[in-house]
Amino acid sequence: MSAAQGAAPTEAPHEPVFAGKPRERLEALFPKYPTKQACLLPALWIVQEERGWISPAAMAEVATVLGLTPAYVRGVVTFYTMYHTHPVGRHFIQVCTTSPCHLCGSDDVVKALLKETGCGELGTTSADGRFTVIEVECLGACGFATPILVDNDFIESVTPERVPGILAGYR
Amino acid sequence: MGYPHPPHAKESVVLSKHFGDAGARTYAGWVERGGYEGLKKALGMTPDALIEEVKASGLRGRGGAGFPTGLKWSFMPKNDGKPHYLCCNADESEPGTFKDREIMRWTPHALIEGCAVACHAIGAETCYIYIRGEFTEPYKIMEAAVADAYKNGAVGANAMGSGKRIDIVLHRGAGAYICGEETALMNSIEGKRGNPRIKPPFPAAAGLFGMPTTINNVETLAAVPHILMRGAAWYKGLCLSNPKSTGTKLWSVCGHVMKPGNFEVTMGFPMKDLIYELAGGMRPGRTLKAVIPGGSSVPLMNREEAESALCDYEGVVEKGSMLGSAGFIVMDDSADIVYEVYRLAKFYAHESCAQCTQCREGTAWTTKILERMLHGQGKPEDLDLLLDLSDNMTGKTICVLSDSCAAPIVSGIKKFRGEFDAYLARAKGPAVAV
Ligand SMILES: Cc1cc2nc3c(=O)[nH]c(=O)nc-3n(C[C@H](O)[C@H](O)[C@H](O)COP(=O)(O)O)c2cc1C
Ligand code: SF4
Ligand code: FES
Repeated sequence: MSAAQGAAPTEAPHEPVFAGKPRERLEALFPKYPTKQACLLPALWIVQEERGWISPAAMAEVATVLGLTPAYVRGVVTFYTMYHTHPVGRHFIQVCTTSPCHLCGSDDVVKALLKETGCGELGTTSADGRFTVIEVECLGACGFATPILVDNDFIESVTPERVPGILAGYR
Repeated sequence: MGYPHPPHAKESVVLSKHFGDAGARTYAGWVERGGYEGLKKALGMTPDALIEEVKASGLRGRGGAGFPTGLKWSFMPKNDGKPHYLCCNADESEPGTFKDREIMRWTPHALIEGCAVACHAIGAETCYIYIRGEFTEPYKIMEAAVADAYKNGAVGANAMGSGKRIDIVLHRGAGAYICGEETALMNSIEGKRGNPRIKPPFPAAAGLFGMPTTINNVETLAAVPHILMRGAAWYKGLCLSNPKSTGTKLWSVCGHVMKPGNFEVTMGFPMKDLIYELAGGMRPGRTLKAVIPGGSSVPLMNREEAESALCDYEGVVEKGSMLGSAGFIVMDDSADIVYEVYRLAKFYAHESCAQCTQCREGTAWTTKILERMLHGQGKPEDLDLLLDLSDNMTGKTICVLSDSCAAPIVSGIKKFRGEFDAYLARAKGPAVAV
C-alpha cells in the first residue's frame, strides 16, 4: 500500500510467543485433549496474556503451532468477544449493562467510568493510553449489580461513587 | 469477597450450606465437612446402580431444560469401546442467573466430586469443565481445587484408590453466551467457533470429539453426591408441590428487590415468599410490576402471576412462563418494560451465532424496531410486526436462542400492551424508516 493511501500502522517484526515459558504452558495442554485443535482457545489466551492482544502475525503463529490455517484461527478469534484483535489500553474495563444491571443503575456507572477514565465514549481508549472502557452483556453476577471487570479483577456492586477509588488502584 | 447473607430461616440449605465459609475450599476442608464420601460410595457401586439411584431421586437438569438427569445418563452407550466424555456446563451467562458462580467460588470440591461421580456413571475418563471467560475468580478457585484433588488422589489415574482413571480438565471460554448451548459448548472445546450443531445426532451418540458425551449443569452435578450420601428417597421427599419437581434449588433473585442474592429452597416453595421475604421485597413505596423467572429467556409474569406461582418446573408453567435457569429478574413499578425488553433483544442480537436467518435477522430487526419506538419514531403497525417476527423466530431454528429472544417480547406486548401503546401515541412526527 502506498503511503499516500494512508499506510496501515507497521507492526514490529513478530517475536514468537511460543518460546520458553509460554511454549511449556502450551505443551502441558496437549495431553489434556485428543486433538491439537482443541488447544486453540487456551493458546489464544496465552497469546493475549503475553502480548495484550492477538495480532495477525500471532494468529499465523498459533496456526503453525497447532497445524491450522491462519484464516481458520482468525475465524475463531473473531467469534469470541474477549479476544482483542487490536491493541487496547493498559487497563481494560468491561461494564455490564444488560437488563438486570440496567434496572439497578448501570447507566450511571458507565457515565462515571467514561468521565473518570477520560475515555468519553464507549469502546475508545483514553488519551493517556491507560484505559479502555467497553459495555458488555451479563457478567453472571446480576445480584451484585453493577459488576465490572478491570483486566482480570472482577469487582462487584460498583456505584458511581466508588468509581474514582477503584480507578485509583490502576496506574 | 464474602457471601452477603446468612441463610434465611425458610431456606433449605444443602448446596449452599458452606457458602461464605472459605475453609470449605480446600481438599482437607471439604473432607472435614463430609466431602468425598459420596464419590467413595459411588466408586463402590456399579454404573447401573448409580444411574438408578439418580433416576429414583427425581433430579432434573438445573441448566434450563429440566431434563431428568438419571435418564440422560442412561442414554450413554455401554461397552462400545469408545472414549466417553462428560462436559460440565459452567458457562453461566443467562441474564439474571448467578448461582453456578457461587457453587464454584465456595464449594469447588462439591463440583469436582459431582463430576467424578457422573464420570463413573457414564463410563467417562475425562470431564471438561467449561467456565465462561469472565469468571476469573471462580476459575482460579476451581484451578486450585482441581490441583488439590489431584494431589490427594481423589481424581487422576487411580481415583480414590479405585483403580479408575478420572481426569478433570478446566476449559476457559472467551466471551460468547451461545457457548452455554450444549453442542456449541462442545464445538468451543474442540477449538471451533461456538455454533450449535443440528440434532440429531444427540450428544449421547456423537458429542464431544464425535464420541458419546453427557453434558450437565454445575448445580445438577453438585447435587449428585448429596443424593448418594443421603439417599434417593430423601431427595425425592424434598418436594412441596408437584412430585415431578424434587430436591432443593438455588434461585438467583436480582433487579428491584431489597436483598438480591441466591436462595436455596425446596421445590414448590411459594414465589411470593421468595420475593417478599427471602429477597427482602420491594424498595420503600414501590410495588411489584413483573418478574422474568427463568433467566431472561422465558415469558414475563405479571404481578398476579408471580405472586400466586409455586417455584418448581410445573408451577411456573402453570402461570404462563418457564423455570429455565431459575434466575428471577424482578421489576417494580418504576421499570420501563419497553426499554427492558429492548435491552434483552439487544442482548440476543449480540449473542446470536448468526447461523440461522430467522435468528440473525429476527433478533436484529426486533432490536431496531424497539429502538425506534423508544426514540419516539414507532409506527402504528410495529407491534404487529414485532409479533410476526417473533412468530417466525419461534420453533424454526437450530437452537432455542431465537425462541428465547421472542419469549419476553411476545409476553411483554401481551401483558403490558399499554406501555408499548403509550410510546406509539407519543411518537413524534413522521416516523423515519430504519
Ligand atoms: C442459548 C442457550 C444458552 C444456554 N446456556 C446455558 C448455560 O449457561 N449453562 C447451562 O448449564 N446450560 C445452558 N443451556 C442449556 C444447555 O444447553 C443444556 O441443556 C444444559 O447444560 C444441560 O445440563 P442439565 O441437564 O444438567 O441442565 C443453554 C441453552 C441454550 C439454548
Ligand atoms: S438460533 Fe440463533 S444462536 Fe441458535 S444456532 Fe440459530 S443463529 Fe445460532
Ligand atoms: S445483567 Fe449484569 S451481571 Fe447479569
